[in-house]
Amino acid sequence: MSDHHDSPDATISARVRTIESRLEQLGLLDPRELDQAMAAFLSHASVGNGARVVARAWVDEGFRKRLLEDANAALPELGLSMSGGIRDQRLKVVPNTDSEHNVIVCTLCSCYPVALLGPSPTWYKSESYRSRVVREPRAVLHDFGYDVDPRMHITVWDANAETRYMVLPQRPADSAGLGEDELAQLVSRDGMIGVAPV
Amino acid sequence: MQPGISWMSRTTMADELRPGDVVETPRTDPPHHTRVPRYARGATGTVVDFEGEHPLPDNRARGIATAPESVYTVRFAGDQLFDGTDHDIVLSMWRSYLTKKADDE
Repeated sequence: MSDHHDSPDATISARVRTIESRLEQLGLLDPRELDQAMAAFLSHASVGNGARVVARAWVDEGFRKRLLEDANAALPELGLSMSGGIRDQRLKVVPNTDSEHNVIVCTLCSCYPVALLGPSPTWYKSESYRSRVVREPRAVLHDFGYDVDPRMHITVWDANAETRYMVLPQRPADSAGLGEDELAQLVSRDGMIGVAPV
Repeated sequence: MQPGISWMSRTTMADELRPGDVVETPRTDPPHHTRVPRYARGATGTVVDFEGEHPLPDNRARGIATAPESVYTVRFAGDQLFDGTDHDIVLSMWRSYLTKKADDE
């Protein structure tokens, strides 16, 4: 981490405000335009969306296959899409298994599947997480309180281009008998980033 | 991309890549924006997927008109990038970033 006293969010916010006001001065942006776009986008973007996707994949093997094959084509089955932002983003869902654990990051900036997970946590945008998780994912996951079995292979997905990633956690062993809505309650944002088991 | 059209059929160029192709990323530090992370320079990886076609960000950032080109998902063994690691790292790579290694390399 840097020695700045400002939090990463505060630094980013200051930069965004500067850019925004400059764009407004140049007449390239109507202030209301951005507010409306953000409000419309965020009103639909929440971690509950991702949790619903995971729960459906746990109970419906056909959906799971379609989701892993082509997530953008499968999302509309739950009334969801990746088209809420500036353009339709490609989504790739990566499944955890008994032998493979996945974790997502954007080392170049802070790309994140906002439509499915809501706004990203501050630590996801931190230089510390972004630089360390590609180098030593096991140590980073340990810091999150999650010790991945040393026999498990880890893949780190760095969203450096037009694809957004989401982790499909494994269904907890003790969740037999739970319905889809109850299962969705078990799914956490951190689980879908890959820094928690579920 | 239209449904039913295979991901290879958009182009007739012989330099398009296929899953399993072994590729190398650029070694150099360009004097402009790029989406090759510093940690992934000069690394050898394997193409695992095709992500569609997008303009090269290196050109867009400089205001240079640029046609969309293929973007691939490339898997790297972690020890290609960081000593003493046993994980994999997956990145998206524009075609212009990648040099295909000969099959016998």
